Amino acid sequence: MKAVHGIAAAVAAGIALAAGLAPAEEKSPALQEIEKYRAALAEGNPGELWEARGEAIWKEKRGPRNVSLEACDLGLGPGVVKGAYTVLPRYFADTDKVEDLESRLVTCMVALQGFTPEQAKKDPFANPGQKVPMDALVAYIASESQGMPMHVSLAHPKERQAYEMGKEIFFYRGASHDFGCVTCHGASGKRIRLQDLPNLTDPADARRAYTTWPAYRVSQGEVRSMQWRLNDCFRQQRFPELEFVSPASIALSMYLAKSAEGGVMNAPALKR
Amino acid sequence: MADPMKIRATMVGDKVEVKVLMAHEMETGQRKDSKGAVIPAWFIQNVTATANGKTVLSAEWGPAVAKNPFLSFRFSGAKAGDKVVISWTDNHGDKRTDEATIA
Amino acid sequence: MKMGRRRALGSAGGMAVMGLAMAAGLLRPSRARADWNKAAFEVKGNLAEEVKALGGAGATESKDISMSSPDIAENGAVVPFTVSSKLAKTESIALLVEKNPNMLAANFTIPEGTEPWVNTRIKMGQTSNVIALVKADGKYYYTSKEVKVTLGGCGG
Repeated sequence: MKAVHGIAAAVAAGIALAAGLAPAEEKSPALQEIEKYRAALAEGNPGELWEARGEAIWKEKRGPRNVSLEACDLGLGPGVVKGAYTVLPRYFADTDKVEDLESRLVTCMVALQGFTPEQAKKDPFANPGQKVPMDALVAYIASESQGMPMHVSLAHPKERQAYEMGKEIFFYRGASHDFGCVTCHGASGKRIRLQDLPNLTDPADARRAYTTWPAYRVSQGEVRSMQWRLNDCFRQQRFPELEFVSPASIALSMYLAKSAEGGVMNAPALKR
Repeated sequence: MADPMKIRATMVGDKVEVKVLMAHEMETGQRKDSKGAVIPAWFIQNVTATANGKTVLSAEWGPAVAKNPFLSFRFSGAKAGDKVVISWTDNHGDKRTDEATIA
Repeated sequence: MKMGRRRALGSAGGMAVMGLAMAAGLLRPSRARADWNKAAFEVKGNLAEEVKALGGAGATESKDISMSSPDIAENGAVVPFTVSSKLAKTESIALLVEKNPNMLAANFTIPEGTEPWVNTRIKMGQTSNVIALVKADGKYYYTSKEVKVTLGGCGG
């Protein structure tokens, strides 16, 4: 068991979770208590159970071809898991498109294991009491980038294009409430009830926010990934459903990942 | 068969400090699913921890223990290299036993 | 008939039944079979009743029990508590949430050699008093604190 990284991760998680506001602002007593709550939960993160399950699934022979995912190229070469989360999303020549972690896992499940795209994309987000492979794999792969800085590339024209599209989506207001991502995440000092909101246009906030996904969400009792986070934001914005691993979802991830440049990964984290 | 627990056991002075993370839904039986049907209660009822053949903790739990339970406790009478064994049984009769070596 | 070693089970009521059954020759004493005190897990919102269900008679407030938890829980699904007892001969530590549908969340039996100290996480349905109930030397003691349960975000 990774005892040392566990302690370091716990401390880092405590700090990362506690830092919900820009440093200059004063914290209300309520917020201070909530930070104590977050710190108290920082160790013994149930997300570790997903990490263990994800590692087992990564190595398990599955699908019609009865092959494991261990030859999957996540961006640093076939089978390289360590650090892969920090370079995603990125352009992949074999599919000629920009892919994030989940879309890459779908690609590999199809190409290596022989699943159909529908099978690979089925049930990406676990329902209560349901165990699905996707969130466990995301937890495992993200954990293998703990302590490493985010550094996605915009060198390829398609990477640049995804970034620009993601940025446009971020600022796009629409649907019944005229919400956009920017409505909640475009300025500092905002909150919803007792949840302080990161300003994703501020590099420091963006780094703190991005590097703590995927996360074990206490209110969900599940590990939730960035694809889930974006899907759920769209739901709360009263937008049409953001399809799993759609180009729009990957573009938005690209924009957020680049905004978090240099942020040190600390996932799966623990959130309310 | 339930997922394995994560157990950390370390020496803190002359005591053993144990931290366990268990994988369990701990369903209260109070919730309803999307169709309005009650989701049946499913939770760990008994937990036992032993070291060198001696029980060092036992517990009776109800469904109000949080999902994916975390538990920490300390005992003396064992040293680095010894094993701590943790077992649980739930209200379905499901069981799980895992062990860890004290670091 | 061999009576076997008296084990400090969390449920004194259960022990009493076992004792009668043993005396009547109906049961051989068995090791390591924990029972589950159903009645104790069905008491609602009343400390005196809870203590009764556990086989005791009343509980005294004690400053020798310390409960540590955040005052506000960001989500009631997971609320961390650390309870420790300085009372001599502490046998068990239980956590009760007054306003939960059933009060008793967990009851830990502390054998000799184990520190009377537990750290765990429980569910709280709403803001409530949380009680740490300790059995020491055959008697019950308690302390309590209020923990506020709140919600963040859009609900999700």
